[in-house]
Amino acid sequence: MATQELKEICCDSGGTSRNPDGLELLPVHNQESVDDVCCGPPAGPASSEHERPGYDLCPFVESFKQTPVGAVPKVKTALTPGDRFNTFKVRLGLNRDQYKVAPGLYCLGDATETSPVLVTANYKLTFDNLRKELSGLAVWILVLDTRGINVWCAAGKKTFSTQEVIQRVKQTRLGEVVRHKKLILPQLSATGVSAKLVHRGCDFKVIWGPIRATDIKAFLQSDMRAERDMRMVTFTLPERLVLIPVELYFLRKYLLWILLASFFLSGIGTDLFSIQMAWRRGLIIFTGCLLGILAGAVAAPLLLPWLPLRAFALKGLITGLVLAITMLLGLGHMVDLIESITLILLIVTISSYLAMNFTGSTPYTSPSGVEKEMRVAIPIQAGAMLLVPIGWVAASFIF
Amino acid sequence: MEKFRYLDNVTTLELDQAACTGCGTCADVCPHHVFEVTQHKASIADRDGCMECGACATNCPVTAISVNPGVGCAAYIIQTWFKGKKQASCGGPGCC
Repeated sequence: MATQELKEICCDSGGTSRNPDGLELLPVHNQESVDDVCCGPPAGPASSEHERPGYDLCPFVESFKQTPVGAVPKVKTALTPGDRFNTFKVRLGLNRDQYKVAPGLYCLGDATETSPVLVTANYKLTFDNLRKELSGLAVWILVLDTRGINVWCAAGKKTFSTQEVIQRVKQTRLGEVVRHKKLILPQLSATGVSAKLVHRGCDFKVIWGPIRATDIKAFLQSDMRAERDMRMVTFTLPERLVLIPVELYFLRKYLLWILLASFFLSGIGTDLFSIQMAWRRGLIIFTGCLLGILAGAVAAPLLLPWLPLRAFALKGLITGLVLAITMLLGLGHMVDLIESITLILLIVTISSYLAMNFTGSTPYTSPSGVEKEMRVAIPIQAGAMLLVPIGWVAASFIF
Repeated sequence: MEKFRYLDNVTTLELDQAACTGCGTCADVCPHHVFEVTQHKASIADRDGCMECGACATNCPVTAISVNPGVGCAAYIIQTWFKGKKQASCGGPGCC
């Protein structure tokens, strides 16, 4: 069929059509005719040769390296604005359960059979955090299937495990790609990985790398020697700060119920139900709840090392008390004695509970210690929370 | 971490010094420098600095170390009061 006739059929019917034999025509991808289109603007660029049907090409892949086991993606070290924006979103808690990269073997720089192998988790935040520290290096990156969870949590949950390391080494046929038999694992994965059993299972020797990716370059350049500081975990103010938004995000589903309960309880009084009281008092007690959240989920984490007393429930009690007293000073005569006491109980209890919950996000609280303080704190917090609605409703009958 | 100290005397960390070969793995993997290795034996230098992560116990080649952390999760503990230990469960896949 002549090109001109094909063009006419294609353009008339939007790309596919039936030729006179009744067979479906495939869109013609004809390089020579790109500038010579029959209608509309010039055709867009051709697809990358690396694209495969059924697979999406990741933006952080710059090319593919041919190896004895096939094509291995070579990743960029620089993060894009898109990467940074997604980091920001997952730090807020948005879509962080699905923020993953495919497990398997990647490379960075001009990796050869003698280049080191760095093992990491398939949480994309972890992956990005790692690769951005590797500029100028030539390494292999073995990504494990940790179900999109970061290294330390995954190690604790046993998804960054001895078994997963062995399995991934075998599945990627790493032994055919590198001549040495060494794997550099992040130190914090030691919770879930036994170096001895990995060696037994896949013949690779585990070397414990530094805790932070920022120390990897220095570690590699000093011939795999870790300084004492590289092996100690920290909990600086910025490190605490990034943990706060997601805790607030988890609370969002309770806010509506707290708002409704605040108004409903506040309106109950001698007139059975007063909308004016519901509005005025409801706002006050709802603000109390918000202050409790601020004290327990924001102030306590930020001020952590400076707050006295070791137990987190008590640290939360302190921040809660400070904010509660501040609120009462501001409210003055707008609340009576019973309401004041109830507000203090409310703010202090919410703050204490949320601060106690923050123990799960720290790198230094032991579960045994947390259990010990919870067994004492939770019954008290529960008791106090029961008194709050009783006190608040009673106050509108008493004075 | 000097600035960050949690509760004292709660850790379940145990070291069997008789079995210890002084390989130093525990000192390497511990994120809080709890262990000290001198004269071919490890010892617990900072017992209250232990957070029960288990890295030492998992990697001690002669299983001279044991750690038995609790769950440390509020949701789980509250459930043990209502449902008993057998029926209590963690918060689900998105929880921790």
